[in-house]
Amino acid sequence: MNQKFKKQLLTDVLTVVIGYVVLTVLMRTGVINDYIKGILLMACINIVLTVSLNITSGFLGELALGHAGFMAVGAYASALFSKSIGLIPAVEFPVAILIGGFAALIAGYIVSIPALRLKGDYLAIITLAAGEIIRNILKNLDIIGGTKGYTGIPGYTTFAWAYFVAVICIFASKSLIQSRHGRSIISIREDEIAAEASGVDTNRYKIIGFIFSAFFAGVGGALYAHYLRFLQPGIFTLNKSIEILVMVVLGGMGSIRGSVISAVILTVLPELLRGFSDYRMLVYSLALIIMMLAKHSDKLKLLLGKLQPAALRKETGHE
Amino acid sequence: MSNVVLEVRDLGINFGGLRAVDGLNIDVEKNQLYGLIGPNGAGKTTVFNMLTGVYEPSDGTIKLNGELLNKKKPHEIARKGVSRTFQNIRLFKNLTVLENVLIALDTQADYSILTGVLKLPKFFRQEKEMEEEAMRLLAVFGLDSDAHTLARNLPYGKQRELEIVRALGTHPKLLLLDEPAAGMNPQETQSLMDAIETLRNTFDISVLLIEHDMKLVMGICEKITVINYGTLLACGTPEEIQTNPQVIKAYLGE
Repeated sequence: MNQKFKKQLLTDVLTVVIGYVVLTVLMRTGVINDYIKGILLMACINIVLTVSLNITSGFLGELALGHAGFMAVGAYASALFSKSIGLIPAVEFPVAILIGGFAALIAGYIVSIPALRLKGDYLAIITLAAGEIIRNILKNLDIIGGTKGYTGIPGYTTFAWAYFVAVICIFASKSLIQSRHGRSIISIREDEIAAEASGVDTNRYKIIGFIFSAFFAGVGGALYAHYLRFLQPGIFTLNKSIEILVMVVLGGMGSIRGSVISAVILTVLPELLRGFSDYRMLVYSLALIIMMLAKHSDKLKLLLGKLQPAALRKETGHE
Repeated sequence: MSNVVLEVRDLGINFGGLRAVDGLNIDVEKNQLYGLIGPNGAGKTTVFNMLTGVYEPSDGTIKLNGELLNKKKPHEIARKGVSRTFQNIRLFKNLTVLENVLIALDTQADYSILTGVLKLPKFFRQEKEMEEEAMRLLAVFGLDSDAHTLARNLPYGKQRELEIVRALGTHPKLLLLDEPAAGMNPQETQSLMDAIETLRNTFDISVLLIEHDMKLVMGICEKITVINYGTLLACGTPEEIQTNPQVIKAYLGE
């Protein structure tokens, strides 16, 4: 177990470092221009958001529609901090990210208290309402610009930051899932009654899953705020939550690797479709439908299975 | 203090206007194999659900080794030492056999979330202990060779056995089995009977079981309680129950 884990960790770290070096070299040499770099940066932010939502939706098995709300809390909290405190960026930004994360975590905890009493459709509605409440509160707070928007946020989010925060998010999520806490979270998805009968404190683990998810939504929001340098409550609507949920569903509920891949694909795709100008969203929707259908095609699965190295095949997931 | 593990007194529950269980007394002694039988709809599973905290009894008391269990939550009761299996199997189907047991073994680990996420040495030490314990439990039913199979891919009989292993994972003092032999053929039932006796002896636990298979109940139970319409009909040794005219009447009619 320990030995296997070390080997796995080594491969993972190596992949991350090589990936980073290759991308940086490509950026320095100008093969990847600023436009593509921006898309890749957005992809990293979306990875953080998708992987974190997958903890509630995929592993805990509860449909949550308020992810954009937690993202907004993180975005505004971190922006408020970095705008009002003048430290050197190398110190200020990580603190701002953590503040964003913890602010969202607290919001997540507050929402989880009523949300825990319900499940299924009802929980979905509560989280949806929570997201809207957060957005409307932000709209009416003048110190953060209200509806006019919040401007002048320092642009700290570089590609390196986004890349490594995404990596941390992936590792932390994977690590959580592979611990006893992760197993208890998954057991709730599998069978809540059996989980309770096996001594799992289901309320406690629902809260853990929920706030872990909210924390990284806030972190994603912090990255987003310091990349765009401008925030408006209108960014964090239900549409944004759905957008993230679509990435989770396409990647597969309960598959972290899937979330990463689909977050990248669904960030890049709309950009690739710019050539269709007015018909872009139409083509995008069609592409989504085709991808979802293809995902459930047995022939395609067989083909993908053959392409995949055997070591990668095992993943806890459910359809 | 007597050696009564489970003491149920005047247990009753109402569902709206329906009195599903009324004035039930059960005493399960240490290391005893105890049968709870009765015609369909007699309230047997309802009794189990009250014992495990799924339903809250309307009246009466449930005590485990003298400690009151009423109003405790299911997971608290599980951790106090009452664990159960279900009439229609409830496994964590998309997890492996090993993981199913590890979830129940959570009681024996105490590493924190941070230790788990950062994968500190304590994580590896406790996970290794848990895994060894899980394999030891699985070996009781010979399921250790299937440890990495997904639970849903197990054959039916093995799924029932895995559920028992998972129930043992919380290190219970009292094991509740809800129709463990349902859907099993005579050979499987026979080996299940042997297994129940073995685990009672190895793990030093009491077993309370609901079963319709009279061969199993009469074969291994030392004491039997018969309920009908939620009330006590008879209580005694298998011989006493088999010759009790009221029991025969309830099962076969006049």
